[in-house]
Amino acid sequence: MAEDRRGDAGDDRSAGDPVADAFADGPAFVPYLAVGDPDYESSLAYVEALAEGGADVIELGLPFSEPIAEGPTIQNAVARALEAGMTPTRFFEFVEELDVDVPLVCMTYYNLIYQYGNEQGPRPFVEKAASAGISGFVVPDLPAEEAGPLREACDEFGLHLISIVAPTTDEGRLEKLVEVSSGYVYVQARLGVTGASSSVSDRTGESLARLSDVDLPKAVGFGISSGEQAATIVEAGADGIIVGSALVDIVAEGHEGGEPTEAVADRLEATARELKRGALDGYGRRTPAPEGTSD
Amino acid sequence: MSSEGERSGTGGDGGQWVAAGDGKFGRYGGQYVPEALMPAIEELTDAYERYVLNNEDGFMDEFRRRIREFGGRPTPLQRADRLSERYDTEVYLKREDLLHGGAHKLNNALGQVLLAKYMGKERIIAETGAGQHGTATAMAAAHLDMPCEVYMGERDINRQRPNVFRMKINGSEVTQVTTGRGTLKEAISETMRDWATNVEDTHYVIGSVVGPHPFPKMVRDFQAVISEEAREQAIERTGDLPDSVVACAGGGSNTMGAFHEFVGDGSVDLFAVEAGGSSLAVDEEEGVAPNSASLSTGSEGVLHGARTKLLQDHDGQIVESHSVSSGLDYAGVGPELAYLVDEGRVTPVNVDDDAAIEGFHRLSQEEGIIPALESAHALAYLHEHHEELGDVTVVNVSGRGDKDLESVIEETTRRDVPNAPDMSMFEGGL
Ligand SMILES: Cc1ncc(COP(=O)(O)O)c(C=O)c1O
Repeated sequence: MAEDRRGDAGDDRSAGDPVADAFADGPAFVPYLAVGDPDYESSLAYVEALAEGGADVIELGLPFSEPIAEGPTIQNAVARALEAGMTPTRFFEFVEELDVDVPLVCMTYYNLIYQYGNEQGPRPFVEKAASAGISGFVVPDLPAEEAGPLREACDEFGLHLISIVAPTTDEGRLEKLVEVSSGYVYVQARLGVTGASSSVSDRTGESLARLSDVDLPKAVGFGISSGEQAATIVEAGADGIIVGSALVDIVAEGHEGGEPTEAVADRLEATARELKRGALDGYGRRTPAPEGTSD
Repeated sequence: MSSEGERSGTGGDGGQWVAAGDGKFGRYGGQYVPEALMPAIEELTDAYERYVLNNEDGFMDEFRRRIREFGGRPTPLQRADRLSERYDTEVYLKREDLLHGGAHKLNNALGQVLLAKYMGKERIIAETGAGQHGTATAMAAAHLDMPCEVYMGERDINRQRPNVFRMKINGSEVTQVTTGRGTLKEAISETMRDWATNVEDTHYVIGSVVGPHPFPKMVRDFQAVISEEAREQAIERTGDLPDSVVACAGGGSNTMGAFHEFVGDGSVDLFAVEAGGSSLAVDEEEGVAPNSASLSTGSEGVLHGARTKLLQDHDGQIVESHSVSSGLDYAGVGPELAYLVDEGRVTPVNVDDDAAIEGFHRLSQEEGIIPALESAHALAYLHEHHEELGDVTVVNVSGRGDKDLESVIEETTRRDVPNAPDMSMFEGGL
């Protein structure tokens, strides 16, 4: 079963898999937004704008009241979305209503997954997510040690469980992580919580090197805010870039400045284009490894 | 016994290897934290096994020496004469209020700061609700020469100013947390964020038997000294075990500490007294529980690293809790306590804010002991239910009430407390 998940090119699991396809040719741009921030309707327009701007996979944040892995930007976004009435039920309505043609990944905390439906356990949530059109999950408070039940439900309904690899993750833990992972690996570029930053941590290269034997696409996130950073990270070997806080900042500024939804959506789309272009530039800058000399 | 890997090394267990276990108490417990923290948690589990459970390098001997010399242990088990007379039972008070810093919190804080030192960590962080854990950690950090930063909710800073001063005076940084309602829940989340950022050189001294494994067991082991002493002292004083032990439960550390050595004594009833606040109902619409009674009214879920009983809405969003005492004002509870309640070994009960204020004044007037508002909940339960507690009851006075004087003035003047002194001269504050 574990072998199935390693995403070996050409195995049954990845054949016709939209997440695998998203990483298949060139670097993937993976944006994140908190769903329902600042309200349901605007949020729909914002997610669609990201797809227009070139998103290859979109991570949809289902707001949880205690987002321990998030910095202030996303904490505030989550608070706005909850205030505006976002719930797991509304989240699934949102996913069903979205008019985009890219795979959607649900990013949330385990308690919401665990509570959904009448039994305590992840299965009802995963079943609902699958029918709504979700392709996978990122769950920041669920390390490999506790991921068994969710992994099982994901296998049952054909969804991915995307694991986060941190700068502190060593070889031993990497093995456990890969056991439960599928889709792609979320490579956390630096320690800490989410949030845009002005420089790219040099630990990203180290992390990517450590993951070189892992047969899943590696998407790097935490702190990316510009096309140039995206380029640097892809040049360093990432298969994709994940951008959250920098986009959420645009939503927040628009909300605080009373900007109309269309104007904010336009800025999101333009920023998405810049980030996607940066990723492509980085890919172009890679020195192709000479045949047969890769170590 | 509740689970595997039990019993802390009392020092010199003949070198027998004791494992920390898997961190599960029945359905509860576990390690629900970001991957970035897992290596540190593995390292801590290893240190817990070696130093705490197996007394490597004489760690537990040093802990016991320091908690005696610096902390002032053992604390007395005092017969409360007036209360015994009033209730026509034998009431004994375990005087954790006499521990250095004024609360049981030092047992754990000293243990963990010392452990951090053995592990070669360079920085201590902690969260605090009532400020007692923060104060204890600040004192232990100063005592052991470690830099320390304490996160505290805005609202709790306003309710517990004396402890904020004490932390600063001991050289700790106090960082205000303004998210949510500004209480313990938000402070824990914020401390976890700091830990995830600085995990390589920082130890998070969690303040109760909550959080990811190994914290619930480790904190319990440091606090178990309360029941070790109380059990011996009770036998010495009365020739027998008590009929019941009563302790207040916020996260549950003084409860687990006071209960642990009695868990195997089937004849001893164990009562965990939660904050009933102003009502036991939950307002799902507003996302507020006007209480902190997660054992009595909560449901199973995952928060701050563990699966346990929580105050949450239908969807699994954590609701805001309330108690007149900041130290009980938390939407979760330790997983082992949740387990012992499910097993029927611990009885969860609660008293409301009004009763707690009355309990505060009663002990102050009748015994000359000003209890923490947290402990006043246990005393209020004794008052209301002494007839069901048997002939000999031990009440854990988890802390002293000096930190609460401002709150007590405000809360007493706001309501009609039958046994309160006239406090009008303090209106406008101390
Ligand atoms: C004196 C006192 N008692 C009890 C508590 C509640 O915590 P726990 O349930 O972990 O003992 C606190 C917390 O700050 C406290 O200060």
